Amino acid sequence: MDSLIEWLVSASVIIGGVFALVGSIGLARLPDFYTRLHGPTKATTLGVGGTIVASLLFFSWQERGLQLHEVLITLFLFITAPVSAHMLAKAAMHRQLKRMKGTRGEPWKQ
Amino acid sequence: MTLLYRVLPYPSLSLILWFTWMLLSGFTAGHAVLGAILAVLLPLGTRPFWPNVPRIRNLPRLLGFVVVVLYDIVVANVSVAIKVLGPLRSIRPGFVELPLELEDDFAIALLASTVSLTPGTVSADVSPDRKTLLVHALDVDDAAALVAEIKQRYERPLKEIFEC
Repeated sequence: MDSLIEWLVSASVIIGGVFALVGSIGLARLPDFYTRLHGPTKATTLGVGGTIVASLLFFSWQERGLQLHEVLITLFLFITAPVSAHMLAKAAMHRQLKRMKGTRGEPWKQ
Repeated sequence: MTLLYRVLPYPSLSLILWFTWMLLSGFTAGHAVLGAILAVLLPLGTRPFWPNVPRIRNLPRLLGFVVVVLYDIVVANVSVAIKVLGPLRSIRPGFVELPLELEDDFAIALLASTVSLTPGTVSADVSPDRKTLLVHALDVDDAAALVAEIKQRYERPLKEIFEC
């Protein structure tokens, strides 16, 4: 049983870490502000999600009882992440930042 | 009734606050009392900031909606990861205008947040008349298909949940 939990925790940590890494790579690689905006919003969902599942499993197992602090972290993140992404996008349109070549559609005038 | 309303203008908000407090500080009698005091005071103090929050009319539909969104987050994360790591020349980002059928501000905010949470799309702006949502998509092949998918997967359930 112990080793099963260890495997599950390890897998969750690795999955979370990989997605956080991919989010950061996106932030570094993508060409314009609007596309870069997609990197961090993704990392917070699955990257943090994987880490949180690992923490939940590990501490529930160690303390022999369900630990729910992590559920709150997820909840707060899911409420705040879209709001900050929205504000960033609005600010970018206000400053009329350059768009990547081939971007379709127009941002709105602010 | 009016007295109860004056003390507890938002019973469900108070309940959520109390439960959050209990989860954060542990289930003990002392924290139950302190949490209850905060659950009454905080909604009263922040009352002017709360718009008219619509009632949830369809709870099973809300649970179904949460499951669909969580599933979409996982699936879309993988597809965005592949796009980010692949050749960048092949991605075609774009701004897409989504005509809104929802009329309630709170429901629109929920839809915008859902769009931002699911990878590949970020909601960028809402028109002042609340009729259009501007969405930035990382890689959009067919704008009409994206709009149809968002409307069918997220907007329709929200419409049914709040009946607005």
